Amino acid sequence: MALEGKVWRYGDNIDTDVIIPARYLNSFDPKELASHCMVDIDTTFAEKVQEGDIMVGGKNFGCGSSREHAPIAIKASGVPVIIAASFARIFYRNGINIGLPLLEIGDDVEKIHADDRLRVDPEKGTIENLTTGDTFKAHPLPGFVQDIANAGGLINYIKSKK
Amino acid sequence: MGMNMTEKILAKHAGLASVEPGQLITCKLDMVLANDITAPPAIKEFEKIGRPVFDNTKIALVPDHFTPNKDMKTAGLTKAVRDFANANNIVNYFEVGHDAGIEHVILPEKGLVGPGKLTIGADSHTCTYGAVNGFATGVGTTDLAVALATGEAWFKVPQSIKVNLTGKKPKNINGKDVILTLIGMIGVDGALYQSLEFAGPGVAELSMTDRFTIANMAIEAGGKNGIFPFDEKTKEYVEGRVKDYEPVAPDADAKYVRTVEINLSELKPVVAFPHLPGNTKRVEDIGEIKIHQVVIGSCTNGRLEDLAIAAEIMKGHKVHKDVRCIVIPGSQQVYMEALEAGYLKTFIESGAAVSTPTCGPCMGGHMGIMTAGERCVSTTNRNFRGRMGHVDSEVYLAGPHVAAASAILGRIATPEEVE
Repeated sequence: MALEGKVWRYGDNIDTDVIIPARYLNSFDPKELASHCMVDIDTTFAEKVQEGDIMVGGKNFGCGSSREHAPIAIKASGVPVIIAASFARIFYRNGINIGLPLLEIGDDVEKIHADDRLRVDPEKGTIENLTTGDTFKAHPLPGFVQDIANAGGLINYIKSKK
Repeated sequence: MGMNMTEKILAKHAGLASVEPGQLITCKLDMVLANDITAPPAIKEFEKIGRPVFDNTKIALVPDHFTPNKDMKTAGLTKAVRDFANANNIVNYFEVGHDAGIEHVILPEKGLVGPGKLTIGADSHTCTYGAVNGFATGVGTTDLAVALATGEAWFKVPQSIKVNLTGKKPKNINGKDVILTLIGMIGVDGALYQSLEFAGPGVAELSMTDRFTIANMAIEAGGKNGIFPFDEKTKEYVEGRVKDYEPVAPDADAKYVRTVEINLSELKPVVAFPHLPGNTKRVEDIGEIKIHQVVIGSCTNGRLEDLAIAAEIMKGHKVHKDVRCIVIPGSQQVYMEALEAGYLKTFIESGAAVSTPTCGPCMGGHMGIMTAGERCVSTTNRNFRGRMGHVDSEVYLAGPHVAAASAILGRIATPEEVE
């Protein structure tokens, strides 16, 4: 299913401490986490993000702490997909495991800017920049990892295999 | 084709004769770890699966991040972990005080991780256990929830980078200088999706404490794990602690994507500037940087040898009047041994504050949070923006030697500068 939304653009090495600072980890309620999402580097995000907006980062997105609170906070903000040059590995697993599609596109990410509008098909891995006309293809997920994503996350996947 | 250490452990736990990079496998787990931040959401997900825990002896639950609990909300998180541990008869639940401490200090200390063993933990610094020749990596809460129910996790076999250590380790150089230098060389994503395997004659120069510090920060280079070979020092450490361990060694024709060379004899005391662990600079090159706080402790540098290094430098000196120096032993055992060795007396006489074991200030939890404009030299593992408090505060990462010297001089300093 294709998604369409406006881009929130961030740089390289966006760490999970800035996605959701530890001082807010006294809760794991998704809505509460979302209300503090990105606050240490972008005080406008939590307030202005719209359902369907797309987050785009540079290299090593989600590095640092393993806190799954980070992708949960982004997902609960209404963001249905994250695109980056590359993702840190624990964040990558966590995103797949909670059913939040993460698309890796390498240097092509340079052709996506703040406030661009994108059309994204996470299952096909296709991205169209409606603002510039550029199109990109994400690296495919390997083997059964795609099955986990298709199931909507690891818990659904495990339950379906029982 | 030959396998390296990581591949051998993964193959064995997947029930396969061999594996190669890129292969997707499912492995049986020897230990599954979570803490007071990550266990509560994992427990909630675990309950959705509707199965019992896979093995009540192979789960470790350690409330260490916001403990002793700093407020009512975090007390509620810890209670959720405690209730789960009681309800499921979890043998390795580590209550505050007792024989507990920081997760990555106590799991090796209690022999719950060891050579050839495979551990996952819902904490990114789970990679610490590579120091004792095991495969260990951090995961999130959903992976943890599934592991609690199944005792299994999926992995993509990583490519491996060989870090070849040579030369003699100089006095006043320790594991933190090695790992910060390495991250400075390869970058914070230099080992992304990859394994770091340490090798070479320089390994024998490193104490177990050095190795714990180094393996602990493999994640700060993006690494999936960091692993050391098994040698006499490993054997001495694990004997009597770890049951049924099987050391692994790389085959002579093991494959690595690249080799990084570090000559220990050329290392100097270093510090990682804000806001990335790879912003490594030699302390001798940085000029005068005044500081307000020093933290000595954490899963990276909260072991007895770390405290010994700091105490030796601080003995007979006073913490600078403009500095708060906070010392946090990594476990009750470390605390007691530091007490008996006189290190705690040295710290208190010098004007340091000594705390009970906790992750506390490392991730901006409690016990030393900074306000805007403050600077801390910390033996912890991350210096991201806002990590230890206000977004306009700064963390400089260093070893216990640089931290202790800086506490006395009120600026980032080498131990040689302390008269």
